[in-house]
Amino acid sequence: MTVLVVIEHDRGALGPASLEALAAARTIDPVVHALTLGSAADGFATDLAAHGATVVHQVHHDLLADFGPEAWGEAVAQAVRALQPDSVLACGTDRGNEVMAQAAARLDLPFVANVVSVSAADVWDITRVRWGGSLLEACTLSAATKLLTVSHHAFEAGESPAAGATSSLSVELDPSLARTVVVQRVERAAGVTLATAPVVVGGGRAVGSAEAFAPLEELAALLGGVVGCSRAVTNNGWRNHTDQVGQTGTRIAPDLYMACGISGAIQHWVGAMASKKILAINTDPEANMVTKADYAVIGDLHKVVPAITAEIRRRRGV
Amino acid sequence: MKVLVCVKRVPAPGARINITADGLAVDTAYLAFTTSPHEECAVEEAVQLIERHGGESTVLTLGPAEADEQLRYAASIGVNKAVLLPIDSAEWDPQRTAAAITSAIQGIEAADGPFDVILFGNESADAGNFQVGVRVAYALARPIVNGIKGIEIDGDSLKARRESDAGVEVYALRMPAVLGVKEGINLPRYPTLKGRLGSKKIEVGQVVPQGVLGGQQMVSLVQSAEQVSQTIMLGNGPEAAPAVVDLLEELGILK
Ligand SMILES: Cc1cc2nc3c(=O)[nH]c(=O)nc-3n(C[C@H](O)[C@H](O)[C@H](O)COP(=O)(O)OP(=O)(O)OC[C@H]3O[C@@H](n4cnc5c(N)ncnc54)[C@H](O)[C@@H]3O)c2cc1C
Ligand SMILES: Nc1ncnc2c1ncn2[C@@H]1O[C@H](COP(=O)(O)O)[C@@H](O)[C@H]1O
Repeated sequence: MTVLVVIEHDRGALGPASLEALAAARTIDPVVHALTLGSAADGFATDLAAHGATVVHQVHHDLLADFGPEAWGEAVAQAVRALQPDSVLACGTDRGNEVMAQAAARLDLPFVANVVSVSAADVWDITRVRWGGSLLEACTLSAATKLLTVSHHAFEAGESPAAGATSSLSVELDPSLARTVVVQRVERAAGVTLATAPVVVGGGRAVGSAEAFAPLEELAALLGGVVGCSRAVTNNGWRNHTDQVGQTGTRIAPDLYMACGISGAIQHWVGAMASKKILAINTDPEANMVTKADYAVIGDLHKVVPAITAEIRRRRGV
Repeated sequence: MKVLVCVKRVPAPGARINITADGLAVDTAYLAFTTSPHEECAVEEAVQLIERHGGESTVLTLGPAEADEQLRYAASIGVNKAVLLPIDSAEWDPQRTAAAITSAIQGIEAADGPFDVILFGNESADAGNFQVGVRVAYALARPIVNGIKGIEIDGDSLKARRESDAGVEVYALRMPAVLGVKEGINLPRYPTLKGRLGSKKIEVGQVVPQGVLGGQQMVSLVQSAEQVSQTIMLGNGPEAAPAVVDLLEELGILK
């Protein structure tokens, strides 16, 4: 038994990044074991087998009924002590990184976050993400058990049928770990979010004020999309941080991103680069956003955006 | 109450991150430095907690002597005390960093009493190791939750709120507690002139950092593959609108 993959889920909904972690694990060792936490995850066994899990270790405990970083981290640490894998992989999501950091602290082991490639020898040569994806780091990892998380989109999930036998693993979780378990939860209202919108109309510093976003709102609504913005905008208090695209904001992946008056700083770009097509509207033809975009209009966004809206209304008669 | 906030000095690159010829660092010859955005918000939160509940805030960093700049910036917006753990390089590996911060906190608390709340950023902007805060909290045997976008103090406990894909999660923590904060929890203020002048005068305490090398060691930095694109120019000014709408139709966005 060598590589163990911690499966992420939210109350029984399988995190898709877990299947990427399984794919990454198969590049390290053909024998892949999976670890699921909480009985809500029992139903994954078949799916995990289809994606290469030889054995699925299921952990059941009241403290794992909902997410809790300390309870989950302690459960992973105990699984590592019991199963003695050579390495442990989880998803490079907020939860995955948090749980692995918890497990690493408890096991007093190093932990490498957001890995994109691994060369496994005695000491591992690893490439990982820095600056939210703007830069990579080559590093070495020496440890009795290697703990890492897999950067989202670095490995492609794919089927690779394996036995998928299930085994029940018991852990002893101290009741005090309940101190960091979710006590209340408010589900998100259904609807288009910045992360899932098919069209994002983004505004930068050049928009100039909160009120001046109205024409961008109007255009976004016509296209069935939402408005996004740069950090210069949120720092000025013109829009809420929930609208910020970038390294410390939201990563978007729309069919079209219209970036209006945004210079395209690297920290903004990493949040926008997964867009299928990018159209930049900027007065500066040399702006990073313009040179990296698929399409550009050179001009004042305050004139160009209303003109686009007017042209759509003219053609559609709305 | 007493609040501690841990920040890291990082370069503030613009359009592209350039690497030095030896591949070991970000070329900062023409760059300014800043505090990671999540941590900037953690600093603002520390100041707001003290404004609301009284007490004293402290900012701490492990970094080169120049990180004095980030400590004084925090002081300029209202943090009361500052501590530097000086090192000879830009950064230490995350295990070593966490060990040094833990032992510094233990020293400060032994002398001045415990911090009720310790704030970290969710992750540092440059390294993004996602672990220093968690390791410190575990070593101090205190609860920690990351990704926090709202803190409400109520007696000797606090409610911390974070966002997930599914919605909002709330945690209830007994103090002393540790939180990893995300940008968006607040809107950091800008320093006033008075704040700036005051920050020049504060005394920055120094603690010699203690920590052994961890198992993760950086070898070099690598530029990620640059996305090159032949930008198609649709025109200049509002006259380009018909070309844009043609494109929207062609891409199937406008049906
Ligand atoms: C660690 C770190 C993390 C960060 N995270 C993020 C992040 O998540 N998201 C983010 O956005 N930023 C982030 N930033 C900030 C980032 O570096 C930039 O400062 C920011 O993105 C700039 O915003 P902007 O493009 O709106 O403003 P500017 O850079 O000021 O650009 C304004 C642009 O508008 C153009 N312009 C001016 N007038 C007009 C006009 N009338 N019509 C059309 N165009 C016009 C200009 O040519 C220019 O290109 C981060 C920074 C750091 C250090
Ligand atoms: N050198 C440092 N000095 C002080 N705090 C740090 C340092 N490095 C990391 N931190 C804190 O730990 C958090 C997580 O860092 P990281 O594990 O590198 O992602 C950061 O947001 C900071 O609050």
